[in-house]
Amino acid sequence: MNPLLISRYTATSCLGRGIGPMRDALAAGRSGLKPCDFDGVALETWIGEVAGTDAEVLSSPLHGFDCRNNRLAQIGFEQDGFADAVRDAMSRYGADRIGVFLGTSTAGILETELAYQRREPASGALPAGFNYAFNYAGSHNPFSVAAFVQAAFGLTGPANVVSSACSSSAKVFASARRMIEAGLIDAAIVGGVDSLCLTTLYGFASLELTSRRACRPFDLGRDGISIGEAAAFALLERVSEPLADDAILLLGVGESSDAYHMSSPHPEGLGARRAMEIALAAAGLEPGDIDYINLHGTATPSNDSAESKAVRALFGASTACSSTKGATGHTLGAAGGVEAVIAALALRDGFLPGSPNTCNPEPDMNYLLASRPAPVRRVLSNSFGFGGTNCSLVIGRAQ
Amino acid sequence: MTGPAPSLPGAWISGIGLLGPGLRDWPGAAAILAGDAPWLPADTVLSAPEQLPAAERRRSVRVVKLALTVGLEAVTAAGADASSLATVFSSSGGDGHNCHLICEALACNDRQVSPTRFHNSVHNAAAGYWGIATGATAPAAVLCAFDGSFAAGLLEALVQVSVDRVPSLLIAYDADYPEPLRAARPVPDAFGTALLLTPEPGPAHFGHIRAGLTTAAADTLAEPAFDVLRRAIPAARSLPLLAAIARGESGRIVLDYLDHARVAVDFTA
Repeated sequence: MNPLLISRYTATSCLGRGIGPMRDALAAGRSGLKPCDFDGVALETWIGEVAGTDAEVLSSPLHGFDCRNNRLAQIGFEQDGFADAVRDAMSRYGADRIGVFLGTSTAGILETELAYQRREPASGALPAGFNYAFNYAGSHNPFSVAAFVQAAFGLTGPANVVSSACSSSAKVFASARRMIEAGLIDAAIVGGVDSLCLTTLYGFASLELTSRRACRPFDLGRDGISIGEAAAFALLERVSEPLADDAILLLGVGESSDAYHMSSPHPEGLGARRAMEIALAAAGLEPGDIDYINLHGTATPSNDSAESKAVRALFGASTACSSTKGATGHTLGAAGGVEAVIAALALRDGFLPGSPNTCNPEPDMNYLLASRPAPVRRVLSNSFGFGGTNCSLVIGRAQ
Repeated sequence: MTGPAPSLPGAWISGIGLLGPGLRDWPGAAAILAGDAPWLPADTVLSAPEQLPAAERRRSVRVVKLALTVGLEAVTAAGADASSLATVFSSSGGDGHNCHLICEALACNDRQVSPTRFHNSVHNAAAGYWGIATGATAPAAVLCAFDGSFAAGLLEALVQVSVDRVPSLLIAYDADYPEPLRAARPVPDAFGTALLLTPEPGPAHFGHIRAGLTTAAADTLAEPAFDVLRRAIPAARSLPLLAAIARGESGRIVLDYLDHARVAVDFTA
């Protein structure tokens, strides 16, 4: 594929707002996870919460989009000069030539869950009163986050949400790449926003996929995920010469489906392996060209087992790899975007991220427990989801 | 915005599937849309396809049955191999009844969510069941653009065909919510359609389409009852295009998409 320039990127997670705190936490091996104290949830589990999300205020023209997910989106795109970069791109290309493709798994479902707790006793209707009026389009519908971002910037080009569970915000890079290649747009805002809600906290607990402690990806004693929330954004444009040496490029995308099971990955990781192979082929690279793999690494026994088999089969045991979900938690529909930003930081600053909380990693892999400085030119980032949906990205430096 | 030009993404329509209220399949719907048969509105009849293993048939919710039925109809009609096809699933929402049951459970004191209900709640549930039913390991895109979800899926599938030069099966579908969500999202019944789009014409194709953005208003349907259906169920925003195909009428069709943009489709029969 023709490489694309990732001209600006930002991520906000439990590690902090923007890429500065994220980079510092990753370099120091610090986790942002904490015991769950979210909104009366009585589950023994850990979460990655973005502090101050409830206090974020949307400006009055955007009030119809108010929900935790869109507050988190706004916190996210206001970091690292991302909003200014979007406005600059609008002045260069036009508001109708910039696409918006964002991943989310649950959008603003939290507001629906809360509305169900406040149904009118007699009729069972959702609340429509002065203090709380239920708003389907602005919060419940998955598209609400893309509609919000379009409205916040005044963008009028193509837009959609990708909602393929935990691969969502990796697959948006594939959609944007095709739209740019087809000539329908000149640039795209991609990324993902997913926020804490009861459906995912209790749903993953019902499948016995949540850990009672902070998650330990790829640890031999791993016992489940820690759910996190995050907003990650990247601006994609065609490459125009000359490029700075540290320019960050999207070099390859690979997508596949397991065709195996709704909530378990293929045990041999065949779908995962195929996504990685296609991404490498799209980038014109061999496995040996990859300096670091940011694993999907959710810390469930079956996911990490399948992914370890796929990585060993394709890369052998020498390629440096880690999952950063011990630091951020599993941010579900935002995970692909968050980890694309982590890849960009590793490339820009020359370091290999470690894996907080993991002590006894899977054998026969070069699994990084601690972060360390190293030159990094090309990163492979994996995102796999429920329903057997897989996406791998190859991200690299210009030089 | 100037609308479609020859450089815009295009594809051949090599298979069609359809299921909706009083619309049992594409040949039946085509006769009705062409004015050759009367439309007798009746509740959409949904069933889980036999290609699903027994456990998945039991667990499949309304949108899964709907999406798989129309997808399989389009593939079968085209004589294509479902296991080799890339897919685009586009829907305004997941399964409304499943969502209601989860929200109800979460409003109870014990907040017990069933594992099956949870995995059925993901927006890509239909895509996951499709893979299990057909063995398709090719990429599946899973999109949502509120009322414009059909047009969003059409654009995604068209750029797959034109950029990657592969066939792409678009499956657009929406089903009803129960109360109290229905008051907020009044989708009354289930409607789904599937278009198998190919870079080259199939043995028995339905014509060629090319699409781009426009600011023109969306087309309406001359028959008032059809236009009620078009506006009531997001996936039925496809009906102006399907009616043109059914009548074999070449021309430009404008479909609903976003608040500030529509999709203009140039159809050549």
